[in-house]
Amino acid sequence: MENLGSLATLLAFCVALYATFACVVGRLKKKPFLVVSGERAVYSVWVLMTLASGILVYALVTGDFRFAYVAEHSNKAMPMLYKFAAWWGGQEGSLLFWSWLLSNYAAVVVFTNRRRHRDMMPWVVAVLTTIQTFFLVLNNFIASPFQMLATDKLIVAVPDGNGLSPLLQYPAMAIHPPMLYLGYVGFAVPFAFAMGSLITRQPGDNWIFTTRRWTLVTWLFQSTGVMLGAAWAYHVLGWGGYWGWDPVENASLLPWLSGTAFLHSVMMQEKKGMMKVWNMVLVSTTFFLCILGTFLTRSGVVQSVHAFARSSIGKYFVSFLALGIAATIYIILDRLDYLKSEAQLESVISRESSFLFNNLILLASCFAVLWGTLFPVISEAVSGDKISLDADWYNRLMVPIGLFLLLLTGVGPLFAWRRTSVESLRRNFQWPGIAALVLAIALFAAGIRNFYALISFGFCLFVALTVMMEFYKGARAIAAKSTQNLLAATIELTHRNTRRYGGYLVHMGIVLMFVGFTGHAFNQSSVKELNVGDTMQVGVYHLKMLDLKQGESDDNNYSWHRAYMQVSKNGEVLGSLEPEKRFYKASRQGTSEVGLRQRPNEDLYLNFGGMSDDNQRAVIQAYVFPLVSWIWIGGLVLIGGTFVCLIPSKKKMEYARTQVVGITKTHATVKN
Amino acid sequence: MKKYAKFAALITIIVGTVVWLAFAGASETKTYYKTISEVGKMGNDAYSQHLRVGGDVEAGSIKRVGNRTQFVLIQDKERMNVVYTGTEPLPDTFKDGAQALADGKLDRDGVFRAARIQAKCASKYEAKPGSLAPGAAPNINNGKGTI
Repeated sequence: MENLGSLATLLAFCVALYATFACVVGRLKKKPFLVVSGERAVYSVWVLMTLASGILVYALVTGDFRFAYVAEHSNKAMPMLYKFAAWWGGQEGSLLFWSWLLSNYAAVVVFTNRRRHRDMMPWVVAVLTTIQTFFLVLNNFIASPFQMLATDKLIVAVPDGNGLSPLLQYPAMAIHPPMLYLGYVGFAVPFAFAMGSLITRQPGDNWIFTTRRWTLVTWLFQSTGVMLGAAWAYHVLGWGGYWGWDPVENASLLPWLSGTAFLHSVMMQEKKGMMKVWNMVLVSTTFFLCILGTFLTRSGVVQSVHAFARSSIGKYFVSFLALGIAATIYIILDRLDYLKSEAQLESVISRESSFLFNNLILLASCFAVLWGTLFPVISEAVSGDKISLDADWYNRLMVPIGLFLLLLTGVGPLFAWRRTSVESLRRNFQWPGIAALVLAIALFAAGIRNFYALISFGFCLFVALTVMMEFYKGARAIAAKSTQNLLAATIELTHRNTRRYGGYLVHMGIVLMFVGFTGHAFNQSSVKELNVGDTMQVGVYHLKMLDLKQGESDDNNYSWHRAYMQVSKNGEVLGSLEPEKRFYKASRQGTSEVGLRQRPNEDLYLNFGGMSDDNQRAVIQAYVFPLVSWIWIGGLVLIGGTFVCLIPSKKKMEYARTQVVGITKTHATVKN
Repeated sequence: MKKYAKFAALITIIVGTVVWLAFAGASETKTYYKTISEVGKMGNDAYSQHLRVGGDVEAGSIKRVGNRTQFVLIQDKERMNVVYTGTEPLPDTFKDGAQALADGKLDRDGVFRAARIQAKCASKYEAKPGSLAPGAAPNINNGKGTI
């Protein structure tokens, strides 16, 4: 078994290397059969990787504790779901998972393009298999998941394993890493196409049309992954936050930020033929940030609560990043002539300019987060002192950046291309602007003095109104022409141009999330040691401990302490919450199951902090988090909006593009 | 060219603001990673800066009185008294023998006032708490080897 697994990864390495070689040589020497063999080799890599992964998963599920990886990340008591999830719970397994995902993507790319892009494909495949080869080096020689536990050359098995880190034994956490990884790995594809088009000197936007769906799907996975991570932190870590600017959280946010910038700036290239160099830079940046993200997550180079793993894979990642970035920069500089812009910026108040500033802000925030994340490493290299920046720093920086971005979300899509008339500005923004101002004044009068909160609520209303007006205006026009009612007309409108109106929905999701973020300004908390019968107060809630129990889980995986808390408001009993503390036996770690009362206006969040020293009283931490639910609702709207974008539009759009160059012409008009 | 001047001005304002926020924020919130012995050698500087100190929680040293938690961090036989009074709950992994990071400030009385505690547990198959090999202990201080 273990030998078969090792053999499969080793063979996959050889085959991936061959595929790179065959594609490059076949393309240069114009030998189509060699290229085809290289492309077919991608399928064999997939088969081999699937076999290797299957063996590891089988060992995890059946509890084959001769495997070092299984002994460390699985145990007998764990539910089946988490035995399976242990595949990506540790370093070796997650790197294998990365490799396997990449082999899937590569196989799909080769299959769907088997008759298209014959000129470019060898290079695309070569780029993908190079990345694959790098990860297979890690899988084979640095972090093999098929290491056996051995003493004196004799393979031994331990009776039971350590178990998956209990913090990870949570349903959202079982799917959070795959989502993030699907996002991380997915950006390899647009990157490979971008490089392929550069190397073959294709002047047009072929790669953008080909990879647009890929990018959107990948972005969807990333967004979902980041949201799940936040939800996990909120529900499991028991500290009541959803985002702590932890290096690993940042690592997942970085490619999301640059990927978001990319999604916007490709529109400039599609519709105006501008920003071509910029798009190349963005797609490369995003891809390398994905690699960096994997590196940060797996190496623990920057201190983090997530640092489950810490190993010597760092230098391999750094070398790969350095070589990759150098090669990319060289190719972009060498092919600069093919990336000339077809149009120029005309006015500061125009769609082009709003895209430009959107990109600037997203990239600035991306760079700021990157700087903050790597600051301990940078400062250590420069001054010898390892200095870290904490959540305060990020909040000071990111809150104003975020608010500016929120404003752009509202105004950007309504600016006209090229230049915008004063009349159209007034028409589009007069009423939303007045409404936002009225809201801010009303909230101020109601006693809210937090400056950022006032601005944020004002902007949220402003953007929400502009988006709704867009839907309303379009739908009313359709309803007037046909006999449809307004709701049917709205659906019809969205269906006619799914990218545009799906995009508005995504923006709406962002607005709702900002409403949730703003609630942070009004958090309340209280901590108290309670015995049965004791009471405490947090916000408007009155809490009384009815009972305090302890016991063990049915499958003997963990033991627990649980408090039964009665919640009442103004003398009226609302129900009871049962915060719980678990102690996992195999890994000797504790986790919290918070007691949570979620309502649209605010969450009541109770955490069982632990037992007091004399073991008589429970430490209960109570929090009131206003508006947090809107973050999750906004996340769902964002995901829904992205799905709408993925539905093909009913009406084929023709872009008013002045200059269409060569090969792009067919694509520019046919595909949406 | 007036048009490009406008763009340039706007971009400068935005980038300038971001850079200013970043640097102003950094000088107020930055935290130095130090080992316990390094803190001892810092002299008066140790009292004025935010520090992050790593070590193992000495077995049996954790004492809870109300919201106040006090314990001893130990690394390579150097010891440091730490007091935590923050409102955030202590992490579940924080207990005897765990590797912990304390963020905060050193007081003149030699007690470290932590505003935040992070902790990581030694796993079952690793060396028993208290007998950790010198190099194996908190990950912050042997970070140089990895890159």
